[in-house]
Amino acid sequence: MPELVILKDAQNSQLRRIEDYLGVGGYETLTKVLLELKPDQVVEEVKKSGLRGRGGAGFPTGMKWSFIPKNVNKPKYMVVNADESEPGTCKDRVIIERNPHLLMEGIVMGSYAIGAHCCYIYIRGEYYEQTQILSEVIEETYKHGFFGKNILGSGYDLDVYLHRGAGAYICGEETGLLESLEGKKGWPRLKPPFPAVVGLYGCPTVVNNVETLASIPPIMKYGGDWFASLGTPKNGGTRLFAVSGHVNKPGTYELPLGIPLRDIIFSHAGGMKDNKPLKAIIPGGTSCPILTAAEVDVKMDFDSVAAIGSMLGSGGVVVMNEETCMVKALLCVTKFYAHESCGQCTPCREGTAWLKKILQRVHDGEGRPEDLDNLLDIAFNMMGTTICPLGDAAALPVRSYVQKFRSEFEYHVKEKSCNLAKVSV
Amino acid sequence: MPSLTINQKTISVPDGTTIIQAAEKLGVEIPRYCYHPGLSIAGSCRMCLVEIEKMPKLQPACNTRVGDGMVVHTNTEKVKDAVSGVLEFLLINHPLDCPVCDQAGECFLQEYYMKFGLYDSRMDENKIKRQKAQPIGPHVILDNERCILCSRCVRFVREVSHSNEIGIFNRGSHSEIRLLPDRVLDNNYSGNVVDICPVGALTDRDFRFQCRVWYLSETDSVCPGCSRGCNISIHANRERHHHAEGKRVVRLKPRYNAEVNQWWMCDIGRYGYKSIDDPSRISVARVKKDGEFLPVEIGQAVAFATQQLKQALATAGRDAVTVVPSPRLTNEDLFVIKKFFGEDLGIARIGFQVPDPTPSSGDGFLLQADRNPNTGGAMAILSDDNGFALSLSLENQAPVKSQLLYLFEHDLVTALGEARAAAFLQQFSTVIYLGSNENETSALADLVLPTASYAETDGTFTNFEGRVQRINRAVEPLGDSIPAWLLVSMLAQSLGYGYHYDSAEEVFEELAHHVVEFQDLSYEKIGKSGVKATDVPKVSVES
Repeated sequence: MPELVILKDAQNSQLRRIEDYLGVGGYETLTKVLLELKPDQVVEEVKKSGLRGRGGAGFPTGMKWSFIPKNVNKPKYMVVNADESEPGTCKDRVIIERNPHLLMEGIVMGSYAIGAHCCYIYIRGEYYEQTQILSEVIEETYKHGFFGKNILGSGYDLDVYLHRGAGAYICGEETGLLESLEGKKGWPRLKPPFPAVVGLYGCPTVVNNVETLASIPPIMKYGGDWFASLGTPKNGGTRLFAVSGHVNKPGTYELPLGIPLRDIIFSHAGGMKDNKPLKAIIPGGTSCPILTAAEVDVKMDFDSVAAIGSMLGSGGVVVMNEETCMVKALLCVTKFYAHESCGQCTPCREGTAWLKKILQRVHDGEGRPEDLDNLLDIAFNMMGTTICPLGDAAALPVRSYVQKFRSEFEYHVKEKSCNLAKVSV
Repeated sequence: MPSLTINQKTISVPDGTTIIQAAEKLGVEIPRYCYHPGLSIAGSCRMCLVEIEKMPKLQPACNTRVGDGMVVHTNTEKVKDAVSGVLEFLLINHPLDCPVCDQAGECFLQEYYMKFGLYDSRMDENKIKRQKAQPIGPHVILDNERCILCSRCVRFVREVSHSNEIGIFNRGSHSEIRLLPDRVLDNNYSGNVVDICPVGALTDRDFRFQCRVWYLSETDSVCPGCSRGCNISIHANRERHHHAEGKRVVRLKPRYNAEVNQWWMCDIGRYGYKSIDDPSRISVARVKKDGEFLPVEIGQAVAFATQQLKQALATAGRDAVTVVPSPRLTNEDLFVIKKFFGEDLGIARIGFQVPDPTPSSGDGFLLQADRNPNTGGAMAILSDDNGFALSLSLENQAPVKSQLLYLFEHDLVTALGEARAAAFLQQFSTVIYLGSNENETSALADLVLPTASYAETDGTFTNFEGRVQRINRAVEPLGDSIPAWLLVSMLAQSLGYGYHYDSAEEVFEELAHHVVEFQDLSYEKIGKSGVKATDVPKVSVES
């Protein structure tokens, strides 16, 4: 049985053409799924696999699918979230470039499972080249009869459309994405109702991440039990970890869930660049609370990372060495969220901009003693009070950086300068 | 009916009720900016966060439906901290220019800061500068620095006026309200955005800087602008007479009535108040002598009107007198007119219908084509024993031997055109005009008697649906003017009839006994929001 899910056949080469994909047995499982299995059986298999959403929140995929109401006289939609925008994350891009038909096959299986006959792929505007790839791939898939009417003689129809975003981070939030897809401003919706009940155009909708759907064909091929066995309990399968920062071999690595963070950095990513000591790690995209070097032995699955107060998030691992100024690093992160806050609800709109202003002063040597406690308190006031998770995404790093590296922030305030001789971010 | 507990008080509410609505029923105040009962739920201001037992996070009360057995707290430390935190966020970039802001005194930033804030400021950064005082339409001015982006105005133009002139532009802390390209906030409901703006971002170009709101009195009334009868509140400047150029009534605000106008009123009605303190108001009685008007004391004027009436009746009988009341008069006015002229004097030529000079149309929402507030009442009170209409009398009737015309409110010159109006008026040896404001027809009268405006009298109007609603005196009648019902009573008294009404309410009590459409009604039953006579349960006497 294979040890890889996504990049099994695409580790060293690209499977961009459908012939390549068919050559490694692609779409074979689809025939079995469409002709031999009922939609409910697909959902059950995915539930058994323990697959959890790869977008960041880690919600169990099979359960999400089962929330789609059965007896509703409305169309149902499958929406693929390819708006990969969390800083530090570049995994969906790798799937689109290297194994796009795996995603296409996953789309058909997922859509079939929830009873959708229409699927939208929402891709971030900056992914221009990837948009080109996907439009060609979609055309190929139609030509080969895996999309369109009566797929593989099963009587099941599916249409797939590609939609480009216009560059807003917030459109990666699933309801902001749906608004944007409907042609509106990307403002996240109030929940409830959840998209499974009232989603795209008011109809039941599942929004799945690219990596999530790309995991479906292998699950259906080798079984949910196989997938579950790759990870740790309740954390089935592998993840694409996008490693960046001060390592020798930055890149996207597919590794089983539960692998120690130390192994990712020191084995797979080739260890610290120039052998400089490790200082801090963002485990899953910039919205996650930061980890210190002392926390490098954490197991990289959803539950273990949550247990030490952070998140596995989107799998974007950012490694920082001891020459990194944490004030500057946090300013960089905070600027991003202030820029990307949609402005709909008060705490995030006002809080992100306020945090940025204070951090900019502290960074510039104009900090005041009360600034650090104010940062913590403002961030606290933003947490759990917003419509969507962007407020938390902006607040969590602030609290963790200031708490874990407080002396560095205090140095900035007291000495009006950075305590690091060389600043290398 | 799920039942829930808020701050230890329990209530049962219909399915689908939200926590904020349930709290209102219980009298528990939950602060809110974006929530407005007449608009869709935005859930974006985050002021109404409450703690619900068994839920880890605070929830917005505006978007959370009541579940059976729900236990809600609005006064825990967690909620207080969250609400004061949200308020702080809203105020960090607010200019705090209350001393020069017209909203001061009715601003919910001020109000909620005193109730839910009271923290010390720790905002020490440069505030975001934005455009101030931008006129965005004929009636509304926008200050972006004061805006808290609650989106009420945006939802209003989308959902209520369906005119879509404004939206929120940009992202994050750059977000701001703006007009859509090439648009102007110019629709017949634009003034409502000022009412629903909880802060000083949208203010009324007509009202701003006229008077501080804490000098205003508020009186429940009904808009006389059309036959819908939107419920309003008359705001009068009672304490600062040197403000607002001496105007007493300075603005009208819509008053909620689920059956009539919900929360809204149209701009035609809203800005129609100006006639009350307009220079065209008739404040003293005037008699024409040798083509010139001379002011006369009101008693003398009534004596003159009485003498004319006696003379006409004596020389030519009751057909010598024509009375044209107005559907702008109250039911009480119309009843006394009908009682005196019609029943006591037996005059048959009483009709209120004058052709509409510019046949207007409704707008499909609140504004009705009939721009008179009381056509319904006039029909009920005056129409049972004659079908007299002014237009008919001109075209179809034989030349009248009429000598005397009592004309209430109408401007015949505008209604009929100069030539036809002159031809009509020439039939009368004496024209007596009774009204609140001068017009081209009053200038042609021989005697002008000043009547109180709708803001200066108590009474009732019957709207196009037969709903009887009360108006109340907001300010004293101007100068010598008196309510029409009282003026006609004075005429009756001077002819020896025993009319002794002390109040409009007394007139109404008699009206309710005599006119079937008002049967069983009283001021008490009509109350603040009016009632349809047909909806009042008939009292059956059972032992």
